[in-house]
Amino acid sequence: MTDPARTKGRLAAAGALLSALGIAAVAAIVLHRPEPRLAMAMTGTGDARHGAYVAVLGDCAACHTAPGGTPLTGGVPLETPMGVLYSSNITPASRTGIGRYTFVDFVRVMRYGVRPDGTRLYPAMPYTAYARMSDGDLRDLYAYLRQDVVPVEQATRPSTMRWPFDMRWPLALWNLAFHHPAPFRPDPTRDAQWNRGAYLVTGPAHCGTCHTPRGLAFQEAGLDEHAQRFLSGSAFAGASPVDLRGDGAVAGWPAADIATELKTGRNRASAVSGPMGEVVEHSTRYMSMADLDAVAVYLKSLSPASAGRPLRFAPSGETMAAFMAARPAGRGARLYMDSCAACHRLSGLGEENTFPRLAGNPLVLERNPDSLITVVLGGARMPSTAGAPTGLAMPPFGWRYGDADIAKLVTFIRTGWGNNAPAVSEGEVRAVRRHLADTMAYTQPQSGQ
Amino acid sequence: MPTTMKPVDAVIVGFGWTGAIMAMELAQAGLNVVALERGGPANTVPNWAYPKVVDEIAQSVRHGLLQDLSVSTVTIRHSRDERAAPYRQIGSFKPGTGVGGAGIHWSGVHSRVMPEELRFRSHITERYGASFIPADMQLQDWPVSYDDLEPHFDRFEYVCGTAGEAGNIGGVRTGGGNPFEAPRARGFPLPPLADPPTASLFAKATRELGYHPYALPAANASRAYTNPYGCQLGPCNFCGFCSDYGCINYSKASPQTTILPALFRMPNFTLRTDAHVLKVNVDDTGRRATGVVYVDAQGREVEQPAALVVLAAFHLHNVRLMLSSAIGTPYDPVTGQGTVGRNFCYQLINSVNLFFDKSIYINQFMGAGGVGRAIDDFYGDNFDHAQAGFIGGGVMWGRQTGNGPVRGIPLPPGTPHWGSGWKQGVRDHYLHSGRIEAQMSNMAYRGCYLDLDPVYRDAYGTPLLRMTLNWQDNELRMSEFFGQKLSQIGRAMGAQAMSGRILKRGDNWDTRPYQSTHINGGTAMGADPRTSVVNRYLQSWDVPNLFVLGANVFPHGVGYNPTGLVGALTYWAAAGIRSIYLKNPGPMVST
Repeated sequence: MTDPARTKGRLAAAGALLSALGIAAVAAIVLHRPEPRLAMAMTGTGDARHGAYVAVLGDCAACHTAPGGTPLTGGVPLETPMGVLYSSNITPASRTGIGRYTFVDFVRVMRYGVRPDGTRLYPAMPYTAYARMSDGDLRDLYAYLRQDVVPVEQATRPSTMRWPFDMRWPLALWNLAFHHPAPFRPDPTRDAQWNRGAYLVTGPAHCGTCHTPRGLAFQEAGLDEHAQRFLSGSAFAGASPVDLRGDGAVAGWPAADIATELKTGRNRASAVSGPMGEVVEHSTRYMSMADLDAVAVYLKSLSPASAGRPLRFAPSGETMAAFMAARPAGRGARLYMDSCAACHRLSGLGEENTFPRLAGNPLVLERNPDSLITVVLGGARMPSTAGAPTGLAMPPFGWRYGDADIAKLVTFIRTGWGNNAPAVSEGEVRAVRRHLADTMAYTQPQSGQ
Repeated sequence: MPTTMKPVDAVIVGFGWTGAIMAMELAQAGLNVVALERGGPANTVPNWAYPKVVDEIAQSVRHGLLQDLSVSTVTIRHSRDERAAPYRQIGSFKPGTGVGGAGIHWSGVHSRVMPEELRFRSHITERYGASFIPADMQLQDWPVSYDDLEPHFDRFEYVCGTAGEAGNIGGVRTGGGNPFEAPRARGFPLPPLADPPTASLFAKATRELGYHPYALPAANASRAYTNPYGCQLGPCNFCGFCSDYGCINYSKASPQTTILPALFRMPNFTLRTDAHVLKVNVDDTGRRATGVVYVDAQGREVEQPAALVVLAAFHLHNVRLMLSSAIGTPYDPVTGQGTVGRNFCYQLINSVNLFFDKSIYINQFMGAGGVGRAIDDFYGDNFDHAQAGFIGGGVMWGRQTGNGPVRGIPLPPGTPHWGSGWKQGVRDHYLHSGRIEAQMSNMAYRGCYLDLDPVYRDAYGTPLLRMTLNWQDNELRMSEFFGQKLSQIGRAMGAQAMSGRILKRGDNWDTRPYQSTHINGGTAMGADPRTSVVNRYLQSWDVPNLFVLGANVFPHGVGYNPTGLVGALTYWAAAGIRSIYLKNPGPMVST
């Protein structure tokens, strides 16, 4: 807790946010824009069954169901550089849940991040994406939450945000600057499948929450395909969600592979890890194949974030040839032979559907190496889904190798077989290891090793 | 007073191969199933994560995955006139423990059975006359045929992702594989593993001798594989750590790799680990099981009532539970009456180490549990026994299972056992030596049986199971026959020196060196309640809502490794329960 680097990071973040708030305050005066009055009435009854599916699309459970806890009663801690937030109880409990919410109240929360009592939510609740959800979907979701979810009284834990972030009024200014609530508008030049994909990705599925880089005030650098940095990869909490745009490795997959990965947590050449495993487990595996195909089509349509960036992968036989000639290139390659090749093979091609391919792998090629380092240090496990029940797991290696060795190993993986991702330094490994230390004891080197 | 749990439809005692298969089948049938496992939970990661599990001292010397003999064991004697002594150190056989049971540390040799073995008494009588059967050999037909079991062999092979080459599909010889094998409905799910050097040399030599080598079926995946439950296996990398070890690579079929990921998703299935079952409860009539009593991790006695009780523990524990629960009549070797403990058998194995010239690389640091070439020319009744003068047969193989320094590096006769001479021997021979073996059938005898020890009790206060068993003349003559064949093959393979163990007439069962874990019999299946404990559906004759699984239901031993047969019998029993018993609970075979 007294880690100087962390404290420094927090101070920088605080400073950044304060300046952002200053800018926002000026903007607020210049661009005064009162919050729209909501006069939507509950017309007709929502379809609770479809609402259950909307809840899956929105992955409500990811934040509102604690592991081993009662569904949707909240209490999941969300750690931010400014303090810890706890998710709220969204069961229809009348005292501590949303039992007294009218549909209009519900829409205000989902689209504007404002509770019935006027309290503003932190944008950890992805209302910037949910604002794009259709009236019908919101109505169905409301019907589901009200009718089919068991009400359980469980008070929401107060957040532990530090001053000045414990004040919520500046969030109005944040909204003014960064939140432009407008419903999703189909692009008439595109077909229905693309538009469905665009709606899902930018709206309920809120992919940008993790995959879009954030600005100084933690705002997403773009909310749809019109922004060049939308879904271009991000980094937080020891993870580096991959670039989903045209210059990322995912875009090179056939659409069917993208859909399969979202359905089963793995495909012919790859597998999800870390937080994306939870997304598959709680959300995407329940999505219809038609919706997953639409998501894939939309993602594949995104142009590269930066034109002219060098190709990140061009298959090369040199690495394999060096192995077969018993001349592995340096210590990283030797460590790979000892600890990785049994599954991922000397060829780096892995095994179809089973052991991920490292040659051309999105996680391996991502500019920020944090996710790859996290996997090597702490291991990984594929989610167990109905279609693919085996939670194939990679063991951790953090206990076995120090930071310098892990850096060499990871650098080898990022440059072998035609991979062309930047080298990784010992310091980068140290930073990720430090981050994982609190939760994963086995990522630490063992004495005597 | 024990705590009493909520009644369930079925309770399964033991959670290795048979428990996992039966739990899946009954859960799929919609039953509310609880499985009780005496050991702890286990999974590929973290329990068998590379590289920690491939520790020869932890697993092969200290037996990290095996039953803790300080808590419970068996006593052993060679004959009725001896006093039995406890088996205090793992030696001749290796009972597993924990989730997955012996399915974790097995090798993966995955054979079926020969049709005539299931009707051996009839077959021998027809071909050689009744007088060919020794007087004290309790040879009896099995109550199921190969055709009954074929779909279930097939099912288990496809669950395991077994690698092999078919020799006979639907009665048509393929020209490859094992020409002696019984018809299979279709080929193996995966092609054979690549031949390591021992297998290549064995295949070449036996072919030249006029025999018929085939790729031994191995439940070590040769390719990435997804089984009918959707469970996934990764291809074997020949690391050489199968027997004694959990597989690092999702390659060896085990309950963990092939069934549990799908089973654990079923809401009507519950597993309780650290639950040591003491006995099966029966009601006042003695004809109905009411559940089981177990001791949990805190040492509390817990009663689990159930409509259906399945014994799916390892052989030894299944037989002992029948005896300590006083179900059925214990076998009396004097009168020949009673059935529980009768026909206890133990497979024989002859093992020969081959030492080659330095130009021949065997590289025994690599291998897989099931990989190798085998011949069945002397299996079952594939050859004339009138001249051989014994009943039974065996499989001979050149397997390459992997070996390392702690497990023991065999050296040619005359090499010093320590010092610089031994070191030089290791340098000269480690890369240039291999092993061939003969694994032989074992018949049942009047004097070989299981009962409760009158002296020794385990940590729970239950009498230990007592083994009374020794090698018999018929088997030892067969062993000598196979010893000659092994020498012939070893020479043909080009060995410059040989060492090993060939059991000969006059040898006693030595419980210290590892033999195999293929003990069987004790709760035989049969058509006649006077000579069997369970009927053809593995249902207790005495208590119809009790089913007993495992190699303990074999009426006598076979020559092949038993796991394939044990798995097939479990699927067969499950099919009977699902299609007959659940519709009309009661005796499935009238007496």
